[in-house]
Amino acid sequence: MPVIASKIDTTSAEFAQNRDAMSALTDDLQRLVAHYAQGGSERAREKHLSRGKLLPRERVERLLDPGTPFLEFSQLAGHEMYEFEVPMAGIITGIGRVSGRECVVICNDPTVKGGTYFSMTGKKQQRAQDIALENRLPVIYLVDSGGGYLPRQAEMFADKNHFGRSFFNQAKMSREGIAQIACVMGSCTAGGAYVPAMADEAVIVANQGTIFLAGPPLVKAATGEEIDAETLGGGMLHASQSGVVDHLAANDDHALAIVRDIISTLEPKEPHFLPTGEGDAPLYPTHELGGVVSADIRKPYDCREIIARIVDGSRFTEFKALYGPTLVTGFAEIEGYPVGILGNNGVLFSESAMKGAHFIELCCQRKIPLLFLQNITGFMVGSKAEAGGIAKHGAKMVHAVANAQVPKFTVVVGGSYGAGNYGMCGRAYEPRLMFMWPNSRISVMGGDQAANVLADVARGSDGWSDEEREAFMQPIKDKYEVEGHPYYASARIWDDGIIAPEDTRTVLGLGLAMSANAPVPEMKFGVFRM
Amino acid sequence: MTTKITKILIANRGEIACRVIRTARKMGIKTVAVYSDADRSALHVRMADETVHIGPSPAAESYLIADKIIAAAQQTGADAIHPGYGFLSENPAFVRACHAAGITFIGPSAEAMEAMGLKDAAKALMTKAGVPVTPGYQGDNQDPDHLAEQAGKIGYPVLIKAVAGGGGKGMRKVDDAKDFKDALASCQREATASFGNAVVLIEKYILSPRHIEVQVFGDAHGNVVHMFERDCSLQRRHQKVIEEAPAPGMTEDVRAAMTTAAVKAAQAVDYQGAGTVEFIVDGSGSLRTDGFWFMEMNTRLQVEHPVTEMITGLDLVEWQIRVAQGEALPDQTEITLSGHAVEARLYAEDPANDFVPSIGRIQHIDSSSQSDGDITTRVDTGVESGGTVSIFYDPMIAKAITHAEHRDEAILNLGQLIDDMEVTGVKTNAGFLIRCLFTDDFIEGRIDTSFIAEHATELTAPDYISRDETYALAALALHDQATDSAFGAFGRLEGWRPNLPPRNRHHFIKDGEMISVDIIDQNQTSASLLVEGRAVHISLATEDATLDNDAALSHSILWDSLVQRDAVSLTRMGDFIIVPRFVPGGQNAATSGNAVIAPMSGKVISVLVEPGATVAADQPLVILEAMKMEMTLKSPRDGVVSEVTAVVGVLVDDGQALVTLEDMVADAE
Repeated sequence: MPVIASKIDTTSAEFAQNRDAMSALTDDLQRLVAHYAQGGSERAREKHLSRGKLLPRERVERLLDPGTPFLEFSQLAGHEMYEFEVPMAGIITGIGRVSGRECVVICNDPTVKGGTYFSMTGKKQQRAQDIALENRLPVIYLVDSGGGYLPRQAEMFADKNHFGRSFFNQAKMSREGIAQIACVMGSCTAGGAYVPAMADEAVIVANQGTIFLAGPPLVKAATGEEIDAETLGGGMLHASQSGVVDHLAANDDHALAIVRDIISTLEPKEPHFLPTGEGDAPLYPTHELGGVVSADIRKPYDCREIIARIVDGSRFTEFKALYGPTLVTGFAEIEGYPVGILGNNGVLFSESAMKGAHFIELCCQRKIPLLFLQNITGFMVGSKAEAGGIAKHGAKMVHAVANAQVPKFTVVVGGSYGAGNYGMCGRAYEPRLMFMWPNSRISVMGGDQAANVLADVARGSDGWSDEEREAFMQPIKDKYEVEGHPYYASARIWDDGIIAPEDTRTVLGLGLAMSANAPVPEMKFGVFRM
Repeated sequence: MTTKITKILIANRGEIACRVIRTARKMGIKTVAVYSDADRSALHVRMADETVHIGPSPAAESYLIADKIIAAAQQTGADAIHPGYGFLSENPAFVRACHAAGITFIGPSAEAMEAMGLKDAAKALMTKAGVPVTPGYQGDNQDPDHLAEQAGKIGYPVLIKAVAGGGGKGMRKVDDAKDFKDALASCQREATASFGNAVVLIEKYILSPRHIEVQVFGDAHGNVVHMFERDCSLQRRHQKVIEEAPAPGMTEDVRAAMTTAAVKAAQAVDYQGAGTVEFIVDGSGSLRTDGFWFMEMNTRLQVEHPVTEMITGLDLVEWQIRVAQGEALPDQTEITLSGHAVEARLYAEDPANDFVPSIGRIQHIDSSSQSDGDITTRVDTGVESGGTVSIFYDPMIAKAITHAEHRDEAILNLGQLIDDMEVTGVKTNAGFLIRCLFTDDFIEGRIDTSFIAEHATELTAPDYISRDETYALAALALHDQATDSAFGAFGRLEGWRPNLPPRNRHHFIKDGEMISVDIIDQNQTSASLLVEGRAVHISLATEDATLDNDAALSHSILWDSLVQRDAVSLTRMGDFIIVPRFVPGGQNAATSGNAVIAPMSGKVISVLVEPGATVAADQPLVILEAMKMEMTLKSPRDGVVSEVTAVVGVLVDDGQALVTLEDMVADAE
């Protein structure tokens, strides 16, 4: 396989400037994540600990095989969305190894508003379930939640993808043979009671976990019966009388040990595909990525420089190098897994779109996972492009992306605008995982273009002073800057998280290993408009 | 007249029974093993041509009963009995009983045994035969002048000892005649004050005493030969630990003097068969022809006979049998000495815990012997993997012996041999033995009978479990196992977390508490860890040739590790460190803290509770007798007794649950 020869001068002032700009962004990201990773308020955490419970993050840590990685999702979920902080949307999700088996872990954080469900809590939980379903991974629920967050119930209860969908998913996954294991480590009230009840196998911590459809106050209000929580729905009751759980644990650690034992009883499973390469590191270190990418998102750069710092040995066999050069396509390996990569080197022309559709078909035919490196302003516009059929050529690429059933991974490394987002496997195209870099932007179009379009719609081109037009446009630009920011996107779970560029290879390696848990279907496409 | 022996009954067990069977088989002689209940499936029983059960496990009810042994010989038609060592081997009555039954006893005459069995009479006999004995005065005449005169005859330094003394009181060492009277007066005052008895005795004070013994052999034709000396100075509480031949620092003239004296001693009692004449030797300087004194003669095959076999190339058991058949010994000139041999006795015992015997099942032992060029290794054992060390007999597992041209090679190879034996399942003194062998003083031959006591601190197992490095090594072993890259990316990446610091933490139990070990950084050559927040650095690549386990704790490559569910075992140079992992409770009664477990095999003497009883923490529940000690087993916590499995008078195994408490969870409900 040919090796990419980098043209970047890592001693240049520009490189240093880019690198510093990116470090500032990643530092900010890591600071924010570290803050949210603490969970709820110090008072809430101390109260939790004083009851002899492990903090939720520690529960996850002790569940996992020590020394193995944890691919955590949606760390910024709920960021600046509510009138108070809801760190990580009150729930931790991710993939890690438990008893040698890759599992999705979903863990409530009771130190955040009692572990109750906000709009993003449910969305984050269901996204983790979707990942489990697509990749056929067992799901472990570490439950400690008071149920729905009542003051904002309208945002989380009734709709198709609201809270109820979680239980629908549990039933569906169980049918598919995807193990659903619940561990009740605290409250499990109302709707939450269905998590262990719908699980294949459930554990409860004695004198700590409770399960009931209605807690003591609601019972008193409804029937007048006065009863304490432990008697109403404690571990001993459910393990010995109701049969709602199957195992009674002495404490958090014991419960987690039982869960680990349960996972070790699951039917052994071989990956559906294995790494074929040696998984050697790239020739150019991943930590150079920050310096490679221009600090100014509008300034173009060669996406091969990114590929050279992600793939094994910086080896890349390019496909159609001379045709439709604004889309770079080719084969490489990441952590030994073969991948087909599509990266943007400018706006998509008809040729680039057709090349992309062709390449996607090749990968599907060969069952090679796809990686999209998004830095795209959109498809080419103008009379020449329209007359050349850019719409139908773009449609071919979108069609190919939509129907490609090999594992797809998307990393937004720059702009993600307009139909380019679709053609390059945006969220709606069901990539197995989608991550953004902290420098990226995502919106229907750029803020400047949107402001201009809206200004034209409002007043046309005459009768404005430059100042007036600017005064009209600025708030629009500001709004786009806020809403196009990756934090805004990640808060709403439009992606699976924001990552530092140097972690891209790691995340993709884990993602590929994750996706190997599910079989790759035969290629099947619909009608391509020719 | 020679009488061919056709079938030998071995009135013994363990390694020596196996050892005798091997030689008998080589000579075409059939063998009969006897066994007690405990030895039903022992190796010697499986090796022998015929076997006879001789009773219950305690030796006093089986191996020590002469009538049963003789009946077994008659029943199987054995025409000779080999007594091994210990048990009936130095019992003149047994010898006579054999003769009366028309069975050849492979060993000396009853008369020779009796003559050597009474120590004072033996010393008198030796003096008469011209063998030097330890000088001393133990007479009624307590006149100071007379005592001073006696001291002068004995030769300084001398020891004045109160007859009624003990515990170090009433004892004075005198180096010079001019100090004698003052010392005597002071000693007598102390003796009177402490014991109400001023009578003293005087002994020669032997500086740096060494234990050197001479192997002798006599036959029915009046020949007595020697097979050179053995040095058995490394002793712990008079128990030999390491033996070697020849003795370090031995010279031709001292050897001539000692072997001549030994042969005289044997001749004095008309000795036949294998015997050993033990001398106490002044080890304060070079060995001297006038610096050794007779202690006693052992009228049997010694445990340490293999070192003599290794340096002479002779099979001592074969010669015992041939002498018993009436054959003549080879001429002294035909017996030659070559190279150096060292033996160590591997015991099932815990050096870290005052050498308490470690009873139980031996999960694994590698007892292969081999010869590789100039180096020969030999393991004499009576157990195999799966065998047991019981409470009834001496807990020796094996003897490891090496022979090489030079002493230092033999020592180095013996350390390696003991390490390679990899005995697991019971605690052993392997690490202790290797530390003895690799002590500078031992390597340089600076040994005497106080060697082990003087080096006790460095020789008994260091408290590895207090060392942070131990936990660091255990964490690295766990990490290696968990991060097998065959598992794909999830098996690598060192605890990577997105946007958060990596987490690579392992939990262990130390002093009953959970502790955490974080692997901070690991590269090809080294690893940095935090053990409860304390920094530890471990080398992963450079193979440091240190023989010292304590120093090796910083080198993971030097240790073998085995990861188990409950623990990580680290082994090297005979040390076997078990690092308990943090395993959350409730798996079974034994690990839940609900059960009272027998800490060693033993007999239940008393059961103090019944099911349903409410007990308090530390309340005595069961009394167990093990290793002749009574042990009170107490309740681990407050609770209610759910089950009592201990029954008075019944033998229980190490690890067996005797009393179980109700689950804590159930208690709370």
